[in-house]
Amino acid sequence: MRCLQEEGVDYVFGYPGGAVLHIYDALFRQKRIQHILVRHEQAATHMADGYARGTGRPGVVLVTSGPGATNAITGIATAFMDSIPMVVISGQVQSHLIGTDSFQETDMIGISRPIVKHSFLVKNASEIPLIVKKAFYLATSGRPGPVVIDIPKDITSPTELFEYEYPEQLIMRSYSPAVKGHPGQIKKALTMLLEAERPMIYAGGGVIQGEGSSELIALTRLLGYPIVNTLMGLGAYPGTDPQFLGMLGMHGTYEANMAMHNCDVLIAVGARFDDRVTNTVAKFCPFAKIIHIDIDPASISKNVVVDVPIVGPVKNVLAEMLETAQARVAKRTKVQASRLAEWWTQIEAWRKLDSLHVTPAADGVTIKPQEAVKAVYKVSKGTAFVSSDVGQHQMFAALYYPFDEPRKWINSGGLGTMGFGLPAAMGVQMAFPDETVVCITGEGSIQMNIQELSTCAQYGLPVKIINLNNRSLGMVKQWQDMQYEGRYSHSYMDSLPDFKRLVEAYGHVGFQVKTLAELDDVLEAAFALKDKLVFVDILVDPDEHVYPMHVAPNGAMDDMWLKKGVRT
Amino acid sequence: MRRIISVLLENEAGALSRVVGLFAQRNYNIETLTVAPTEDETLSRLTLTTSASDTQVEQITKQLNKLIEVVKLVDLTEGEHIERELMLIKVKATGAQRAEVKRTSDIFRGQIVDVTHNAYTIQLVGTSDKLDAFLRAMSESVVLEVVRSGVSGVARGEKILAV
Repeated sequence: MRCLQEEGVDYVFGYPGGAVLHIYDALFRQKRIQHILVRHEQAATHMADGYARGTGRPGVVLVTSGPGATNAITGIATAFMDSIPMVVISGQVQSHLIGTDSFQETDMIGISRPIVKHSFLVKNASEIPLIVKKAFYLATSGRPGPVVIDIPKDITSPTELFEYEYPEQLIMRSYSPAVKGHPGQIKKALTMLLEAERPMIYAGGGVIQGEGSSELIALTRLLGYPIVNTLMGLGAYPGTDPQFLGMLGMHGTYEANMAMHNCDVLIAVGARFDDRVTNTVAKFCPFAKIIHIDIDPASISKNVVVDVPIVGPVKNVLAEMLETAQARVAKRTKVQASRLAEWWTQIEAWRKLDSLHVTPAADGVTIKPQEAVKAVYKVSKGTAFVSSDVGQHQMFAALYYPFDEPRKWINSGGLGTMGFGLPAAMGVQMAFPDETVVCITGEGSIQMNIQELSTCAQYGLPVKIINLNNRSLGMVKQWQDMQYEGRYSHSYMDSLPDFKRLVEAYGHVGFQVKTLAELDDVLEAAFALKDKLVFVDILVDPDEHVYPMHVAPNGAMDDMWLKKGVRT
Repeated sequence: MRRIISVLLENEAGALSRVVGLFAQRNYNIETLTVAPTEDETLSRLTLTTSASDTQVEQITKQLNKLIEVVKLVDLTEGEHIERELMLIKVKATGAQRAEVKRTSDIFRGQIVDVTHNAYTIQLVGTSDKLDAFLRAMSESVVLEVVRSGVSGVARGEKILAV
């Protein structure tokens, strides 16, 4: 406990049980750290994750052995895939019982091994300070990620006394993340960028995790180049800025994907060429020389071979580029300037297609899910923290709620975890009690962690839950429409709860919206209830698809469905 | 292409399982694996062989380097190196076979390290190819058991893998 205090931990998200009772007793007898009691351990990890994404500080989780530990696994994997700093302390059975299949025993180190940055099994009480120090250092430095500390019960016993000394400094011979990029490579990259005729900037979640947003904005504006963000990178560059072409990838905008496909120099910043971005790798950016900045050398040339790799923190690398770029941009020739202007003319032509255009329902009553997200944007003035679950609503939120700041968009991009949205929003709300925190979800996802409405009641968390209710697992249904001739195998739910009454039973406020005419007014009313959790159940058009959408398999980035039955 | 990757690893519980787990989880293969502590008892030296293309081996070495307990590693096949594998082979040795087995063993500079009325146990050290060749040469005999250590290796010259 004292170690956690030394690390400046303010919240621990957890759930007690036999193996962690000594730790919970120590929690009880101190004041500095507040413990948040969840209703399921998975939610504890997502809350800690949301807290970390919102603040940039590591989230801390405390769970018991056995089922406590295994319930935490999905949340740890979620954090791992998105490189989120997190420290998970799991109880373990007493040392002498390990390996005997004792009550609530599970090999947490083994189960979590592929989804952690590192893990520790504590063998002696005296090791605790050094291990905690290492865990926080590893979780937050380099490419961040979750770290597990598994502690057998006997080691946390109050009778285990040792001379306490918290290490001030840490030297690990086997771990030294890059602190700056190679100057030669940076120079080479800049030259390549300045000589480009059709340049493109592709920025991902690494810019947000690496706090490189202001450097990215400065460099992008100085160069005057078009920029796209990945799903994880939304907010790294202001979503309402004219140089921003939108999200790229499977559900990216037409102009973003077209510009990617046709560019001649691509600079990837803190992004990892995920399969949801590249479509068919062999057809990815066929005309481009590629520069890649990433803190993790293993991300470079993993999926796409690059021409100029730069290993280092994006913030420092971009800052170093900026230093020399200023003078060199000023020396740009007229020919170069006119080529860039031509490129922008082409991009504006693509943008004119207005691939995110929403056609209102013919009956004038039915709400399109996109319209609901736009209404949420309006009522929250585009400045809220928005978490999402996974599915169609996630893509609608990503496309129709432009984020102007980093850390405002909280979503599970890598693992794609349904049930993430509500607890993540709670973690953000915990860190920012006075801010508006919205959870855009669907009737499928919300039910995967709906028990946390109880936690919200206990801690008075006024999250605004926007349920885009289409009475079906929308993304699954969309794929079944497009690839399985509309055979809706288990994507339909005909036994949904009355969400309004359900949230009222938890002591919260519920609204249901059925018509477009009432949408804005209900949202106004909901967002006006600053101190209340409000659940707005919006019945949306169940047949809506997310577009644009990459044609797969074997498609390139410029192969897209633009609306039902319309291809590029 | 066959690769020999040699790793200096923190000599800690669980470190080996991370290395082996990485190969399983990322769908790389391990053909042979040997591991033992070094003269510095805080470090283990692990040598593994794998078949991989240049891009795969680049990923393998990067992913191995990412493991916190991996201190340093080298792909020995990138340069000149010495590799050795030890094999213990138990062969039926009766009648005329007895002399023939001994002769073949001598040709390969094997040593007979255990003898009974009916069997020899031969120890053979060399490259994996040599061990394979010996097994082929013994194909006329009745091989009862084969135990191979997996490959160990070291770079030629003054190049070393050390902290």
